[in-house]
Amino acid sequence: MERFVQLVIDGIAIGSIYGALALALVLIFRSTGLVNFAQGEMAMFSTFIAWGLVEAGLPLGLALLSALALSFLGGMAIERVLIRPVEGEDPLTILIVTLGLFILINSGAGWIWGFENRGFPRALPDDSADIAGINVSYESLGIVAILLGVSGLLFLLFNRTKLGLAMRAAAANPASARLVGINVGRTLMIGWGLAALLGALAGVLVAPQLFLDVNFMGGVLVYSFAAATLGGFDSPKGAIIGGWIIGVAETLAGDYIGFIGSDLTILVPLAIIFSVLLVRPNGLFGSPEVVRA
Amino acid sequence: MSLISVERDSPQHRRLKAAGLALLVVVAMIVPFFFGPFRVSQFTLALIYAVAVLGLNLLVGYSGQISLGHGAFFALGAYTCAILLDRTGVPYLLTIPAAALVCFVAGLALGLPALRLHGLYLALVTLAIAIATPVLIRRFDSLTGGSQGLAVEQPTAPGALGLADDQFIYFLALAVAAPMFWLAAGMVRRDVGRALIAIRDNETAAKTMGVNLAAFKTRAFGLSAAYAGVAGALFVFANGFVAPESFTLVVSFSFLAAVVVGGLATVAGALFGALFIVFVPVWSSDVNDALSGVIYGAALIACMYVFRSGIMGLLRTAFARVVEVKGSTTGRIDDEVDEVAVADADHPAGAGAGGVRS
Amino acid sequence: MLITLLALVPAACGRDDEGGGGGGGGGSADPGITDKKVTLGGSYPFSGPASAYGTIAKGAEAYFDFINAKGGVGGRTIEFKTIDDAYEPPRALQNVKRLIQQDKVFALFNTLGTPNNLAIWDYVNQQKVPHLFVATGASDWGADIEKHPYTIGWQPNYVTEAKVYAEYLKKEKPNAKVAVLYQNDGFGKDLLGGFEEAIKGSSVKVADKESYNVTDPTVAAQVGRLERSGADTFLNITTPKFSAQAIATIAKSDWRPLHILNNVGASKTLVLTPVGLQNAKGIVSTGYFKDPEDAQWADDAAVKEYHASIKKYSPRTNSNDAFAMYGWTVAQTMAKALEGMKEPTRESLMESVRNMDVEIGTMLPKNKIQTTADDGYPIEAMQIMEFDGSNWKLQGNLIEAKAQ
Repeated sequence: MERFVQLVIDGIAIGSIYGALALALVLIFRSTGLVNFAQGEMAMFSTFIAWGLVEAGLPLGLALLSALALSFLGGMAIERVLIRPVEGEDPLTILIVTLGLFILINSGAGWIWGFENRGFPRALPDDSADIAGINVSYESLGIVAILLGVSGLLFLLFNRTKLGLAMRAAAANPASARLVGINVGRTLMIGWGLAALLGALAGVLVAPQLFLDVNFMGGVLVYSFAAATLGGFDSPKGAIIGGWIIGVAETLAGDYIGFIGSDLTILVPLAIIFSVLLVRPNGLFGSPEVVRA
Repeated sequence: MSLISVERDSPQHRRLKAAGLALLVVVAMIVPFFFGPFRVSQFTLALIYAVAVLGLNLLVGYSGQISLGHGAFFALGAYTCAILLDRTGVPYLLTIPAAALVCFVAGLALGLPALRLHGLYLALVTLAIAIATPVLIRRFDSLTGGSQGLAVEQPTAPGALGLADDQFIYFLALAVAAPMFWLAAGMVRRDVGRALIAIRDNETAAKTMGVNLAAFKTRAFGLSAAYAGVAGALFVFANGFVAPESFTLVVSFSFLAAVVVGGLATVAGALFGALFIVFVPVWSSDVNDALSGVIYGAALIACMYVFRSGIMGLLRTAFARVVEVKGSTTGRIDDEVDEVAVADADHPAGAGAGGVRS
Repeated sequence: MLITLLALVPAACGRDDEGGGGGGGGGSADPGITDKKVTLGGSYPFSGPASAYGTIAKGAEAYFDFINAKGGVGGRTIEFKTIDDAYEPPRALQNVKRLIQQDKVFALFNTLGTPNNLAIWDYVNQQKVPHLFVATGASDWGADIEKHPYTIGWQPNYVTEAKVYAEYLKKEKPNAKVAVLYQNDGFGKDLLGGFEEAIKGSSVKVADKESYNVTDPTVAAQVGRLERSGADTFLNITTPKFSAQAIATIAKSDWRPLHILNNVGASKTLVLTPVGLQNAKGIVSTGYFKDPEDAQWADDAAVKEYHASIKKYSPRTNSNDAFAMYGWTVAQTMAKALEGMKEPTRESLMESVRNMDVEIGTMLPKNKIQTTADDGYPIEAMQIMEFDGSNWKLQGNLIEAKAQ
């Protein structure tokens, strides 16, 4: 029993990593209707910026805040410069642009900072608590708390503010949104900026335990996609809970299901995505998809 | 003002097309005698990828089902061929239809559940499959050779032909690719093609007109997988070696990029896309070794800006200046159909990702 | 269709220059070598998941720059052409074809990656091009001299390394219960296989083994499972990022096994410093060349020369990175092989390569590079080292462990 609980706790800790990036994916989807395959790489790049600032001598807190701010600006810039020209095109065209961005950012980061592995300073305490024999790390607790907080803020943003309403409108139907006076260009920019900021947050939160190199977000990306799919691509809390479910499922499966083995754990998110999409495509918390015929 | 003006499907038009085709064939045939073995091997690779990209285009461009996992079928075809060559005495030519068959069945199997998904969700499922591919190859290592990979004998030129091995493999690839292109062109020109385009642009309307959605979409998956399988087998001939690292996510992404760069829903575009993914990474590495990825990514993005409808779109516009083809839109499968046909205000701008709204 | 053709015509008309390249000298028996210059070719992962290994090429290039500044080898400067393959075997094959046919290199040097080298060695041997000092520890390269006479490895292969660990355990902890974390590819499986083979018949037992893929984000789950196996020894067969994750995960838990870390993951710069040096205290590993960061070599002439050269010829490279030192050392081996070459021919180079008995300054003392016609493993000895909280301390003597 104790082992089971420990596994669940471990699963939630790992799942929080997936959920963190999934939040950024959900945000970009909710505000622009797009899936950004370069989200992970953008998060990695932001994390490197933070690392560079710390190396340059900035205190950690200041470095992190600066990195978040710079990422926000960077995200806006990417939308304005790279995505805007292809905005109304076939979604596939935009997808290829994000793919090109993925390759570009990955190589660019390597060229600037090198491809080697390095550590990232911890903002959260390193210890673990021992609660009734279960090992819970403060870092994971901190990440969970931050994620829930951010998710709450996002909920407020989308459902209680004019900006959020504008973003949802711009994402759903840009033409109509323009007709009612929404500056679609500006809302899209802000959407990308916020998503980049969330991605940066995810990066600096998980880099201490994943260690920082140009590929550290690559592995997380597909799990985050799975988390967002499971939770519903337009639901921030869905992204987090989806992440937890995947983390727990993966941990339990690795332990209890013999033939899965630790090398096949990638099949767990695949199986989850498959089943969710066949049974309930909009995910656990997403709104139903309505296709106008 | 164009130089020449012909009526569509008139005898002059047909003669022009035949001449063009003949010239194309001649050029393709002399390539291996014009260039050294390394260049020839690059063109061979481009031909092989073109077949796979063509298959993906059938799926993505024509039936609007996005797949980020085409590399998985490519790997399946390649391993089918390699395992047959390694374990059995099957003559190498027979591995091609074998790979095609295995992949066709696999494509159908994936096509069925895929009916329930579209756009984003299908993309995710196929993405996960692409990521799982090298993992699965390693897992079944008694069959696939696992991480050690499988090395097989490459086809050698029969002495009577007087060709070098690399030239022979080029012609082998050409001999397989050409009919596959011809087949694809035929398919899209006839009802199948038009049905697939109707499905892509407006599924409900297609249904009301009697198009059997499920059958067509599933078949599209199967066909596109079969194409990838054939390409996979040719790939084994050209490389003589397969390993899990040969089939990572990069392969699937490259195929998709090639589809879009070459031109969605075009047949000839597959060749241009394939040339792009073969030559541009090498070129960008030459420009600057350290920045090769940056240059390649930038080139990809730039292509999307410059060639809105892919390279084919650009070439078509340029070509229209030289030869103007007048006539009805019957049988014309490209973006112009959207303009000439009923301009529907509700028509979604590009239907590739399906209707994801809420 | 017409369009396609018209577009292709310009491409076809450009006659490709495949006669250029490094050859030059009229009438010389082999391409890529003249009185003044010898051209080598290599394929490395400068992008993609294995891009960290690209630093090896930087170290090698720095050495060639260094030696060229002193007049080269036998009066010839060494030109080293490298192309990125992103760790993809098909690209490696393309690169090698280009290097051999278009760039006309004299020999291939230090091509990286087990699957990549497996993809190219049939072709390279068929072309009779020397395929030297490949950057992988697979045991394949020395096991098949008859079928692949032009191929030779360099670093102690993974089976040798595994034997060293096995011997160490048999002596120090004969009843060890070992939990193994290994990378799910040739490298991990080779080392694991060698270890399992080497402990047969002894009381050292494998209690549990868990694998991971390079595409996985973290190995925390695997390490957790290994901890629960009740083992008292941990064999860590990982590459740097995952080595760091494993060490960090253990440090956070209550598990305190005897931690054996494989050579690839033993870098202080890439692994131990990021996890925190105090968390790495007591870790055991093996080495065969001098760690550039180690205090004990601070006054070593060869190591000082290395640091100075990296700063001069490759300033963007971190000279504390063991990969750079690896590149530097293997390049020196190449230079020695060229030195021993009597004629400017590939056959003569192979003769030199198969008859080496040299000492190199940046190798561990007494760890020589030795080959014979039957022995295709240049380096077969490693030394156990233990991390004391600030540096790696060499223990005992060099242990020789032949793979066959």
